[in-house]
Amino acid sequence: MKSNVKSKHPSAYKVISLIVLIIFAILFLFPLYWIITGAFKPTTDIYSADTVWWPTQWVTTNFEKLFANRSAPLFTIGSLEGPTVPAAIRWLINSVFMSVMAMLLTCITASMAGYALAKKRFIGRGVVFTLIVCAMALPKQVILIPLIREISAMGLYNSLWAVILPTVGWPFGVFLMKQFSEGVPGEMLEAARIDGAGEAQTFVQIVMPLIKPGIGALAIFTFINSWNDYFTQLIMLTSSANYSIAVGISTLQGDSSTDFGILMAGAALAAVPIITVFLIFQKYFTQGITMGAVKG
Amino acid sequence: MANSKSHPATSRALVRRETISGYLFMLPSLIFFVGFVIIPMILCIYTSFFDANLTANGEDTFIGFANYVELFNDSIFRKALLNTIIIVVVSVPVTCVFSLWVSSVIYKLRGSLLSFFRCVFYLPVVTGSVAVTVVWKWIYSYRTGVLNDVLTGIGILDGNVNWLGDTSTALACIIVILLTTSVGQPIVLYVSALGNVDSTLIEAAEVDGATDFQVFWRIKWPQMMPTTLYILVITTINSFQCFALIQLLTSGGPTHATDTVMYYIYYSAFKLYRLGYGNAMGVILAIFIALLSALQFKLAEEK
Repeated sequence: MKSNVKSKHPSAYKVISLIVLIIFAILFLFPLYWIITGAFKPTTDIYSADTVWWPTQWVTTNFEKLFANRSAPLFTIGSLEGPTVPAAIRWLINSVFMSVMAMLLTCITASMAGYALAKKRFIGRGVVFTLIVCAMALPKQVILIPLIREISAMGLYNSLWAVILPTVGWPFGVFLMKQFSEGVPGEMLEAARIDGAGEAQTFVQIVMPLIKPGIGALAIFTFINSWNDYFTQLIMLTSSANYSIAVGISTLQGDSSTDFGILMAGAALAAVPIITVFLIFQKYFTQGITMGAVKG
Repeated sequence: MANSKSHPATSRALVRRETISGYLFMLPSLIFFVGFVIIPMILCIYTSFFDANLTANGEDTFIGFANYVELFNDSIFRKALLNTIIIVVVSVPVTCVFSLWVSSVIYKLRGSLLSFFRCVFYLPVVTGSVAVTVVWKWIYSYRTGVLNDVLTGIGILDGNVNWLGDTSTALACIIVILLTTSVGQPIVLYVSALGNVDSTLIEAAEVDGATDFQVFWRIKWPQMMPTTLYILVITTINSFQCFALIQLLTSGGPTHATDTVMYYIYYSAFKLYRLGYGNAMGVILAIFIALLSALQFKLAEEK
C-alpha cells in the first residue's frame, strides 16, 4: 500500500518539475536566440513597437554597417602594418591572440607548478599554497589600479600583453593542476628516478601524459575566461586597433541613439566563436569545473 | 618515505633536492603570480595611504588614513556598499537554491539530455558578459524592448516601464541578469555531487520507508555540504564582481541606484582619477570578502 502511494507521488511531481525546467531552459536560451535573429533582422523589425519574433526577412545589413563603421590594420607587428580591414575583424584577431597566448602560458606554468605542489615536499610549500588559495578568493578588480601602474611602468599599457600577463598570474590554474597531479602515482616517479631519469625528463615523459585531461580542462577554461575577460581588456586597452571583440562591441553603443541591429551583429560575432569552442570541448570543461572543487 | 627514516643523513639531502627542484618547477608560475598578483596587492594597500592620481606620476603625498575616513563619510560609497550587499544577499541564496533544484531534476536523466540541460544553463556564462548585457539592454528597452511588449500584451502592465531608468526597478533588473550568468557552474557541481552520493545509503533508507524529502534532507544534503560551501564562496565572489552589467547598462545610475563598490572603484580611478581613494575601497572590499568567506566556512563547519 505504502510503496504504491510513494511511487505515484513522485511521477506527478516529476512531470511538473520537468515542465518548469523546460520553461526555464527556454528563458535561458532566449537571449542567444534574440542575439542571432536580431543580428539578421532588417531595421524595421528592430524598431517595430510590436515585437517581431522571427525576422520578416533575413538580411546582412547590420553586419555591413558594423564593418563599415570603423577600420583598422589587419595586424601590427612592430612598425609593420597589415592591409586595412573592418575594425571588428581586427578585434576578433586580437581576442584570439590574447586567448591563445594566455592559454598556452597558463597551461605550461600551471602544470609545472601544480605538479611541484602536489608531488614535491619542499620547504615553504604550505605557505605558497595558502597564498594561492587566498588570492583565488580576491576579486580581480581590487588590484586593478596598482596593476595599471605596474603595466605602464613596464611600457606595456595599451598592448595585448597587458591583458595576457595578468591572466597568466591568476592562480586558479595552479590550483586545478595540483588537484590533477595528486593522482599521479608516487611509485611511477620513484621508478623513473631509479632508472636514472632527470627531473625534466620525468615531468615530460611520465607526468605530462598522466595529467593530459587536466591540461585539456585548464586550456579550455583559460581560453573561454580570457575571451570573456571584459574588465581587464577594458582597463588595459585604449586604442581602437588594440580592442578585443568584447571591448569593441561595448564601444558601439551610443548614449542616446543605440542601434540594436549593429549591437546584435557585434554580439553574435563575439559570442558565436566562443560558444562553438565551448560546445566542442564541453566534456573537458565540465571535468575542470568539478575537479577544481574537489577539495575546494 | 621508508628510505628517509632509515638514513637521516640522506634525508636532509633529499629535502634539499626536493626544495630546489620544487622551486624550479614553481618558478615560471611564481614569476607571474608574484609579479601580477602579490606585488599589486601590496601596492594596493600601500597606495591607499596616499593622495595619488594618474596624472602626477610618482608625486603621491602621504595622507595616512584620510582616504579611509573620507570613505566612511562618503554617502555614494555607503550607497554602493549597500547595493553590493543587496546584490549578494539576494543572488547567492537564489542561485544556490535554483541550481540545486535544477540539478536534482536533471541528474538522473539520460546522458545526452543531461548534458543538453547543463549546457543550456551554462550558455549565458560562455556567451560573455558584453554580449549578454547588450541583448538584455534591448530586452529591457523602453520603446522596442520585448519585455514591455509581452507584459503589456498579456495585461500585467498598463503601460511601458522604463526598467533601467527607474530607481525602483534598475537594481532588480541587474540582479535578474546576474542570476542567469551565475547558475551554470553551481549546476555542474551539484550534478556531479548528487551523482556521487552513496546509493546504498539511499536504498537502505527507502527500504526503511523514508520519504523522498527525508532522503534528501538526511542523506543527500549532508553529503553535499562541501560542494554547497564551495558554491556559496564562488557565487559570493562572482556577485561581488558583477561589473560589466552595471558599466554597460546603467553606469551606476539612475542617481546611484545601481552603484556597486566594484563600479565605484573603477569610477574613482578612471573618471575621478583618484587612485589612492580607489585603492582604499579595494582594501575595504578585500577585507569584507575575506570576512564573509570566513563566516561561511565557520557556519558550514558548525552544521
